[in-house]
Amino acid sequence: MAQNETTKLILYVAGETPKSLAAIANLERICSEHLDNRYEVQVIDLKKEPRLAREHSIVAIPTLVRQLPAPIRKIIGDLSDAEKVLVSLNVKGAQ
Amino acid sequence: MDQSVSGDPEKTTVGIAKSETGIDGFDELTLGGLPTGRPTLVCGGAGCGKTLFASTFLIHGARALGEPGVFVTFEERPTDIVSNVASLGFALDQLVVEDKIHIEHIAIDPSEFVEIGDYDLEAIFIRLEAAVERIGAKRVVLDTIESLFAAFSNPAILRAEIRRLFDWLKERKLTTVITGERGDGAFTRQGLEEYVSDCVLLLDHRVQNQISTRRLRIVKYRGTAHGTNEYPFLIDSDGFSVLPVSALGLNHKVYDERISSGVDDLDEMLSGRGFHRGSSILISGVAGSGKSTLAASFVDAACRNGEKAAYFSFEESADQTVRNMRSVGIDLKDYIDGGRLNYFAARPTFYSLEMHLAVMLREIARLKPRIVIVDPISAFDRSGESNEVQTMLLRMVDYLKSHGVTGVFTNLTHAKGDETLTDVGLSSLMDAWILMLNREAGGEFNRELYLLKARGLQHSNQVREFIMSENGLQLRAPYLGQEGALTGSRRRAKEAEARRTEAVRAAEVARFQQQGEHRRRKLEAQIEALRAEMAAEELEARRLIDAESAYLRRAKLDEEEARAMREGVAVRKRVDGGGDGAE
Repeated sequence: MAQNETTKLILYVAGETPKSLAAIANLERICSEHLDNRYEVQVIDLKKEPRLAREHSIVAIPTLVRQLPAPIRKIIGDLSDAEKVLVSLNVKGAQ
Repeated sequence: MDQSVSGDPEKTTVGIAKSETGIDGFDELTLGGLPTGRPTLVCGGAGCGKTLFASTFLIHGARALGEPGVFVTFEERPTDIVSNVASLGFALDQLVVEDKIHIEHIAIDPSEFVEIGDYDLEAIFIRLEAAVERIGAKRVVLDTIESLFAAFSNPAILRAEIRRLFDWLKERKLTTVITGERGDGAFTRQGLEEYVSDCVLLLDHRVQNQISTRRLRIVKYRGTAHGTNEYPFLIDSDGFSVLPVSALGLNHKVYDERISSGVDDLDEMLSGRGFHRGSSILISGVAGSGKSTLAASFVDAACRNGEKAAYFSFEESADQTVRNMRSVGIDLKDYIDGGRLNYFAARPTFYSLEMHLAVMLREIARLKPRIVIVDPISAFDRSGESNEVQTMLLRMVDYLKSHGVTGVFTNLTHAKGDETLTDVGLSSLMDAWILMLNREAGGEFNRELYLLKARGLQHSNQVREFIMSENGLQLRAPYLGQEGALTGSRRRAKEAEARRTEAVRAAEVARFQQQGEHRRRKLEAQIEALRAEMAAEELEARRLIDAESAYLRRAKLDEEEARAMREGVAVRKRVDGGGDGAE
């Protein structure tokens, strides 16, 4: 089903805090291990672009948003549990 | 203890700085408003006015004090907030356009996301900081931050973040209002009060005897002496107002100035100059004894003098009073139309007792009248305990006195002959007490007025008959005679009788005077006649005397002639030697 679709992800962080760094590392690992090349990741540092926090209605940090495929899904946290992340992103079937 | 814990020396010496909320009464109550640069927790149940309190605080800052504010809403959408306060006359959208207020909607739908791993709420900080910096905010409202607990499943993180948020706000010296929903047994569901140590307010909305009252209590306010009482507050078309109705003590200013009651004869009873300004006057009496009419007369006198008056009626509408008073020659219509007289009519059951007081005081504070009528205070007897009524009046009287406003209270008494007993509790509050009686005598009821007391004023001790006619109000001294003091037609009959007797006596005197005059004239005529007679007699006597002396002279001459004839020589000798040239 969703195998040929590109998963578009945005990760919102705030500066180089341990949580932010952990989230970036975890996401990179998950993507490279499970999503092959069918993904696109954008990391937004809200410290640098605070405007976007309001525009995108971000509350918690880190927040991962799956823009595509629709519908939008949000995960908050440092993504320390890869299994859960994959379930939430609904990409586990890709394996 | 509060003071010693804080290391801030400024706080202990100068006292803390305050930020006005713009809420009527609240700023007075707290001697300036909320603590500047610190968070204040406003908690209360649903629909008790938390958001309105917060909005008023923010809008007042932005509009009147040049302190922009950020409204962080976790529940309502910005458009809802704007329309909510629009009904109170706040053009919030305009302030938003002018960048004086920024509404930050932090919406969290728990179904939208999952939590995986550790997180924090740094994004809220970032958004808040951006907003604060953009408009240079000095004030912040968080409404209601507790809704975060419904969205996130990890309360430990939330608590840490909320604590951090409050610290963050304090660090930036933002004056903040945080609203919180009342929880069971605690001020807020999530115990927010433990994070806010400076100022905690509790709003309450209670229904008693089917009458609802909103109340505000200052639970805690560091560095400020505050009353711990509950203060009623009001939300109406004018917004949020708190009424500091506690007794202010007995240090009010006193006036020597006198004011007229509008009834010349009554002023006359008070050494001719009426009552003291700022005194509280009780008019009590049975039904139909003319209490309201006399009260209206006070209003008439004040308004005619160019002073403002406030009339709080709990029985009659404005139109009704206007019509009724016209019948005794008092026209209140012009005063009402001209804005000099403000007439408020409400049923006693419309509000609770507290609320009535609150509303009255608010109107008095707003309008600043010089005289206030409450007609009648007995209307509250059914809506509250009698001691509550008394407490309310005490507060009212205190407030009026401290502002130099004359208060006129009417009170309906029921028991006949027992008028003074029921009012004992009120008496001590009042400076002057006019007792209106309606007594039966000679088959008719006549209105009577008596000055039971008038502190610091010389006054007549006489019961006067109170007469209401199209020519106005008059007092008549009763007829005092052997049959006691008489009033009404008996007085008139007695007076007529006295007048008749008087007329008879006057006629008698006149007749007597006339008789005297006659007599005098007659005697005078007699005297005149006698005098004329006497003059005639005198004339006759003189004539006789003259004749007699002429006769005697002639006789003497004749005798000398005769002698000369006898001794001619001698005579000649005498002529030669003596030189007597007579002969």
